[in-house]
Amino acid sequence: MGRYVARRLLQMIPVFLGTTFLIFFMVYSLPGDPVLGLFGDKGADPATLAAKRHELGLDLPIWQQYWNYMTNIILHFDFGTQIRNGRPVTEVLGDAFPITMQLAALAFAFELTFGIGLGIIAGLKAGRLADNAVLIFTLLIMSIPVFVLGFIIKMVFAFQLGWIEPNVSTEQNWDELIAPAIVLGGLSLAYVARLTRTSMAENLRADYMRTAVAKGLPRRRVIGVHLMRNSMIPVVTFLGTDIGALMGGAVVTEGIFNIKGVGGVIYESITRREGSTLVGLVTILVIVYLVTSLLIDLLYAVLDPRIRYA
Amino acid sequence: MPDVTKTAAPADEAVDTPSVVAAAAPQQEKARSLWGDAWHDLRRNPYFIVSSVLIFFLLLIAALPGLFTSASPTAGDLVHHYVGKPELGKIGSEGWLGYDIQGRSVYARLIHGTRASIIVGVAVTAIVTVVGSIMGMISGYFGGVIDAVLSRITDIFFGIPFLLGAMVVLQSFTDRTILVVVFALAFLGWTQITRVMRGAVITVKQADYVQAAKALGAGTTRILFRHILPNAMAPVIVVATIALGGYISAEATLSYLGLGLASPTVSWGVDISAGVQAIRTSQHILLYPSIMVSITVLAFIMLGEAVRNALDPKLR
Repeated sequence: MGRYVARRLLQMIPVFLGTTFLIFFMVYSLPGDPVLGLFGDKGADPATLAAKRHELGLDLPIWQQYWNYMTNIILHFDFGTQIRNGRPVTEVLGDAFPITMQLAALAFAFELTFGIGLGIIAGLKAGRLADNAVLIFTLLIMSIPVFVLGFIIKMVFAFQLGWIEPNVSTEQNWDELIAPAIVLGGLSLAYVARLTRTSMAENLRADYMRTAVAKGLPRRRVIGVHLMRNSMIPVVTFLGTDIGALMGGAVVTEGIFNIKGVGGVIYESITRREGSTLVGLVTILVIVYLVTSLLIDLLYAVLDPRIRYA
Repeated sequence: MPDVTKTAAPADEAVDTPSVVAAAAPQQEKARSLWGDAWHDLRRNPYFIVSSVLIFFLLLIAALPGLFTSASPTAGDLVHHYVGKPELGKIGSEGWLGYDIQGRSVYARLIHGTRASIIVGVAVTAIVTVVGSIMGMISGYFGGVIDAVLSRITDIFFGIPFLLGAMVVLQSFTDRTILVVVFALAFLGWTQITRVMRGAVITVKQADYVQAAKALGAGTTRILFRHILPNAMAPVIVVATIALGGYISAEATLSYLGLGLASPTVSWGVDISAGVQAIRTSQHILLYPSIMVSITVLAFIMLGEAVRNALDPKLR
């Protein structure tokens, strides 16, 4: 177990470096010059520009810039400063992350409960009306793009019925985030429901199920313990990779409901060429992704004792 | 490429001949029966029939938009601008779905915008399937160091959030044509197919017929393309079909964010991003292209599901 974790952690290092360098390279090869952008229409004299670039370290070769950036993050937890307003990136991200994490957590809870719930209903009644209804419902959810779903919910519940406020207020209360969370988690909900359904329908026919029923165990225990535990591995795999995806994929949802979170920062830093902000953000998302995928792999052993990590 | 198994057989010892027959015959029969069975199943699946009809119509619209409307998607008359009262009685006429901000016919733009979305979906899927399959086959078949390196490269690209990465790639092009959007989506999309193909190849690699072909001295290329690929292709086809819908949806989402295709290209995404500006007053500009995107995505997901059900014996 310890050796397995150590090996996985070692494997993460090249992936972490590769992903961050790739995004670093992509961001820094964007056309447009954020330094020139500071000076408006008239521009500045070349010496000032060069001095400013030197101050920001933008005149170094990209390898060097990447090296400086990463060592600063690792040694000093310093993600750099924004070019436009000189705010430290840690502060910008510190403002943006809590609300997005709240939103992602709500969306995650939503897809977990309703996704697995619908999946169980469909899986137990495979081939019957309830199953087909869930299949069609999830198909529809999967085919509607997020922004369309967002606008439908906003139009119906905010403008027509007036149940929710169209935009999330600056207090950003939990109850205001329910509608955005449903929009954000909708697609994943459909996937979770389908994975649960397929996995359960498949395992219903397994030998251990027949044995459990034959032993006279109550139906509740047969389904709740025997079937569920064995059917959860594909679902857990999906849910694990989804945590990071929810936080990174909030661009559209946050835009629709006017939430000042990570999504807005992503959009702003892409259009304004704020390289250090964007790379810092992706670095955090990549760490979240790598750590959750390791935790998921370790969770397999809990769900299925046959899986052992030597 | 000459048929190595057959030419090699007579030259070898007589003892080897039965194993050649045994290796070749079940493989061919099995391959035929899997796809034959799948086709037998598919023809009776209502999801398959509905999705094929939808896709047929979408392809027809994309290929020959002139059949469905004679109105021009780019000619605007400001007399009509923002007019959005649908005239359901005149289905197919220029103004039956209203007009957009510039007074252009929404219906004509829907019809002419189909091509862009379909091309993006099909082209991205084609590139991703070819690149991803080759990477996955090499990774799964050779294993060892090659696998370790390729898997880490796949992990690197997989680690970048899809939408975010596509936004950055697109932002670096000032002229966002269909080709650029295809490149941006394919650049980050191939990892999924690689993973699926790698897994499938590792399973198939163990099969007796692969070992037999290897023992008979078949070349690596031949083993990979004649023996492994046909048997490892099923899951890739399923994933690729479903992903096709996803790419069309992604193109629309990027356009909605203002980072996808741009005017003068006529596409649903372009109309959607224009429609967002007029959301409070003229919802129809946003509504109809969104419906078209949803229908298209739905058709491809349904097709993929139907094919999966047909190909996976466990789900029967």
